[in-house]
Amino acid sequence: MDTTVARSPILPTPETSFERPNYLNAEYGWKSWLFTLDHKRIALLYLLSVTVFFGLGGIFAGLIRLELLTPEGDLMGPDTYNRVFTMHGIIMVFFFLIPAIPAVLGNFLVPLMIGAKDLAMPRLNLASWYVYNLGGIFTLWAIVNGGVDTGWTFYTPFSTTYSNTYVVPTALGIFITGFSTIFTALNFIVTIHRMRAPGLNWFRLPLFIWSTYATSLIIMLGTPVIAITILLVAAERVLGLGIFNPKLGGDPVLFEHMFWFYSHPAVYIMILPAMGVVSELIGHFARKKVFGYRVVAFASVAIAVLGFLVWGHHLFVAGESIYSATVFSVLSMLVAVPSAVKVFNWTATLYEGSISFQTPMLYALGFIGLFTIGGLTGVMVATLGIDPHVHDTYFIVAHFHYVMVGGTIMGYLGGIHYWWPKMTGRLYPGFLSKLSALLVFVGFNLTFFPQFILGYMGMPRRYWSYPPEFQVLNVLSTAGASVLAVGYTLPLCYFAWSFKYGKKSGDNPWGANSLEWDTPSPPPTENFYTTPVVTHGPYEYTREGVHNRTTQEANFG
Amino acid sequence: MKSTFPLFPDSASTLSGHVDALFIVWSLVSLFFTVLIAGLIVVLMSRYRRRYPEEVGADERAGIWLEILWSAVPLAIMLAMFTWGTKVFFELYRPPADAVEYTAIGKQWMWKVQHPEGQSEINALHIPVGQPVKIKLASEDVIHSFYIPAFRIKQDAVPGRYTSLWFNPTKPGVYHLFCAEYCGTEHSRMIGSVIVMEPRDYEIWMAGGTPGKSMVASGADLFTSLACVTCHRASPGVTQRGPSLEGVFGSQVKLADGRAVTADDNYVRESILNPLAKVVAGYDPVMPTFQGQVSEEQLTQLIAYVRSLGPTGAAPAGGTGGTPTAATNPSSAQMDATSPLVNAGNTTAGQTQGAAQKPPQK
Amino acid sequence: MASSPLVDRHGHDVHGGHASRRHPAHQFDTMEQQKESSTLGMWLFLVTEIMFFGGLFTAYLVYRTLYPAAFAAASSTLNVPLGALNTAVLICSSLTMALAIRSAQVNWRKGAMIFLVLTMALGSTFLVVKAFEYHDKFVEHHVPGHILNTPFHFVLEDAREASAIAKLDPDYQRHAEIFFSLYFIMTGVHATHMIIGLGILAVLLFYTRRGKYDSEYYNPLEMTGLYWHFVDIVWIFLFPLLYLLGAHLHG
Repeated sequence: MDTTVARSPILPTPETSFERPNYLNAEYGWKSWLFTLDHKRIALLYLLSVTVFFGLGGIFAGLIRLELLTPEGDLMGPDTYNRVFTMHGIIMVFFFLIPAIPAVLGNFLVPLMIGAKDLAMPRLNLASWYVYNLGGIFTLWAIVNGGVDTGWTFYTPFSTTYSNTYVVPTALGIFITGFSTIFTALNFIVTIHRMRAPGLNWFRLPLFIWSTYATSLIIMLGTPVIAITILLVAAERVLGLGIFNPKLGGDPVLFEHMFWFYSHPAVYIMILPAMGVVSELIGHFARKKVFGYRVVAFASVAIAVLGFLVWGHHLFVAGESIYSATVFSVLSMLVAVPSAVKVFNWTATLYEGSISFQTPMLYALGFIGLFTIGGLTGVMVATLGIDPHVHDTYFIVAHFHYVMVGGTIMGYLGGIHYWWPKMTGRLYPGFLSKLSALLVFVGFNLTFFPQFILGYMGMPRRYWSYPPEFQVLNVLSTAGASVLAVGYTLPLCYFAWSFKYGKKSGDNPWGANSLEWDTPSPPPTENFYTTPVVTHGPYEYTREGVHNRTTQEANFG
Repeated sequence: MKSTFPLFPDSASTLSGHVDALFIVWSLVSLFFTVLIAGLIVVLMSRYRRRYPEEVGADERAGIWLEILWSAVPLAIMLAMFTWGTKVFFELYRPPADAVEYTAIGKQWMWKVQHPEGQSEINALHIPVGQPVKIKLASEDVIHSFYIPAFRIKQDAVPGRYTSLWFNPTKPGVYHLFCAEYCGTEHSRMIGSVIVMEPRDYEIWMAGGTPGKSMVASGADLFTSLACVTCHRASPGVTQRGPSLEGVFGSQVKLADGRAVTADDNYVRESILNPLAKVVAGYDPVMPTFQGQVSEEQLTQLIAYVRSLGPTGAAPAGGTGGTPTAATNPSSAQMDATSPLVNAGNTTAGQTQGAAQKPPQK
Repeated sequence: MASSPLVDRHGHDVHGGHASRRHPAHQFDTMEQQKESSTLGMWLFLVTEIMFFGGLFTAYLVYRTLYPAAFAAASSTLNVPLGALNTAVLICSSLTMALAIRSAQVNWRKGAMIFLVLTMALGSTFLVVKAFEYHDKFVEHHVPGHILNTPFHFVLEDAREASAIAKLDPDYQRHAEIFFSLYFIMTGVHATHMIIGLGILAVLLFYTRRGKYDSEYYNPLEMTGLYWHFVDIVWIFLFPLLYLLGAHLHG
């Protein structure tokens, strides 16, 4: 039993598939791109934007690591360094990690995966991209004029009263961009609820859709809170109010509570979509239904819900009551359980699978290992006895980079590599892509593992200069960062190359069984020639299904 | 104490070993699971690698028991570690009754540390080994954080409130003191040293240093110069307008509205800044406020003076488990995270002030 | 009273591409699906608005608990009759909004227009009254912060009242400033939402005049109605929390 898609009895060859009208060649000209309502084109517009911001954030990361090669600050002054790490954090968190997978992969795939022609609100989708860039412009303006030095966490009263940098434009930029994610999330929820193809009930949805749905729930509930919080910070700065200023009767810890009420769920916004990608990659590259599909699906929702209950673990040493701390600590342990369950389920999927080692799978497997370390260190710091020592040290920095970079970015890259043929109809060089994956993995570990040691030794974060005994580990970390930088730059190059010169992939180079692959690559503007009728879930593989589906096994060399 | 390439911090307090034990066990558990998962992946990858292009995986075999197993086992491990960790945490933040209290005031970009005997230091803290030390933290501007890695302890210094931490150093030596909450330009230079000395050496240092007037003596001077004596001390022929402060510190005070509160640091501070929040039973609400007339430092001196007047008579309400001495400060057994500006019992930190509500000390 | 939509000679809605009376937008299969999607979308958006205002209400809750006396004193300087008037105005505007939708449901285009205009008039009345209140606050030096040249200065006229408050909270002036910060931000954000609502109503009025909505298709009116009712409900929370705190302090 296969999904029924009306298609021409003659399977198209790669070349004819390509020349057939698809969403890329349907219209030409800059207006057809800037005013498009096609979710697939909007996804590519987002790809461009987030890549620019990722590059910018990466440059700031490079500057940080270069400065930290030596204990004394000699590359830049402390004020500059403070701005550099702040901008690195703000750009990476708000302009890359939160939007990337939903806005690029989500936008492209959600309608395809559910058999719809587009998202529920295409104009809102386009508006969301413009809003994203508008917010980006405010932030870029602030950067160009000298940046912000508050740390991406904007703690008061430093950010409201003491900082002399462009806090307000940056805050406004983040405020505006927040609406972009809210619009996207709203679109996703409505689309998934209302526009599934006939026969596609909730438990036949790909796990990427479940993750995207759970992510969208978090976005809807959490983002408005950071919006109002950051608005209050801006208002306090501009108008001289005292809401967070203790000298005027305000409470700086209130800011921390309001800020982290969003910013903790935000990290689940960052990781859940990557987990969704990994579920797809594991399922399709092992050609086996993801073990415990329903459990994994519910785990995504559980993470979303529980993620709202743990923000206080950022305030263990901030003046929070030790009893509140106890509650937040146990809840933080609880939220780790569904993530652990997912890791075990993915691993179990490999058992008796048929595993291919294509590049996307390498990223997925790397994700599992690195996310395990990141998640376990998270539970370590949620343990009350340990946090007073490691809070605000490089241990925390290492922890969150393991989950955000070892997790989210690996998931993102894996997804891009997997769906690249879907989006562009082209392949990329196999050896080079696997080499990049390896460089990313090795470079990442070399960069961030030493930071665990640095943190436990006591090196605080956001330090421009540090005691000399911390130097060796810092040098190791910077060395790793240079490897990582190469690992990230290579895909940029070969993807750009592939867009024009890559070998044509055919409709389904992976032989994957999932609704988005049942339509040509690149897809036509309306996604499906006729509305598919779904009769079974994803990841259900049969040999002749694969045979029928694969027009050309991706021959990457 | 610094080697050229250390990988583990000095362990120099009574509790640093407890924290390390917790950390090491967790690290081993993490290592185990990481190796398990990574190992499984490697083994499964090689055993089930695709052998021909159209090969597919086996049919799904869902296993609810497996799901329960690998939900329950991690949960059990985490709850065990949580329990242990919480125990260590409570130890970390509950100073013993005999802790000597210092004050550290953070301001951009330095730490002003004040000894109870009157010395003050900048970015340094000399203490004798084996003596539990409680440090009351305050900030004059932004949020800072007082961090001593060797003692495995830190606490934010939040403007507008007092917080505290404590430790008991076990090894003489010089240890890092860091500011661990980003506070601006010179955040990474807001560092110093904690110098733990043998008691003999400490005496020598104390004598040799410039012993400023002790906190208590300064407080006594303020008590006179600010005219507290006019109400709080009996004068012949004049009805005393304010309650006598002898023996008050640490005891239960009955208020005009019927409540009873413990006369601790925060109570004294509040009474100076916001005297009508808690009026003592039997007295008129006539005390003026000294808000704006006393600095943070003067407040701590006044508090030290009032404390030195010591409690006499009845012990504080149950739960402290010991007869208070002049140095006892029952309510500071938890983090003093109460905003001094609070006049209702409810704060964002959720602290309670009454000693009666505090669980017994270990 | 049936009216015909504006269509071009190809039968397409003049506004091209998006929904017309007859067929749904290209991504939908049926009008029903489109209507359900837009309804779900609007409810979801209102949830985000609840969280948005929720942050402000949280800050208010914290400070009101910390400084009850100062908040009551500050609140007592707000004009309760005007606030109550505004509450009545908004409730009426929700009624007229509902009537506008009802009119479209029964194909009474003129009625829909009348009620939309009334809704806008009532909403504008609200904003005008608010402007007068803000002016009063400015004149009394109750505007917090330092952006205006007149610094914040909170003084209660009744000396007895003033000393009573001072006994409870010597710092009450600073805490009153926090009250007014929250007052201006909460009512300001609310007013911004109202202004946006008025803009949307104007657009709806324009389309109603052109006959776009009828008994078969009035969804945009209904969605705007949801938004408008939400903004009304927010005010119904704001009014007692901001205006009625200090009611016990004076007549």
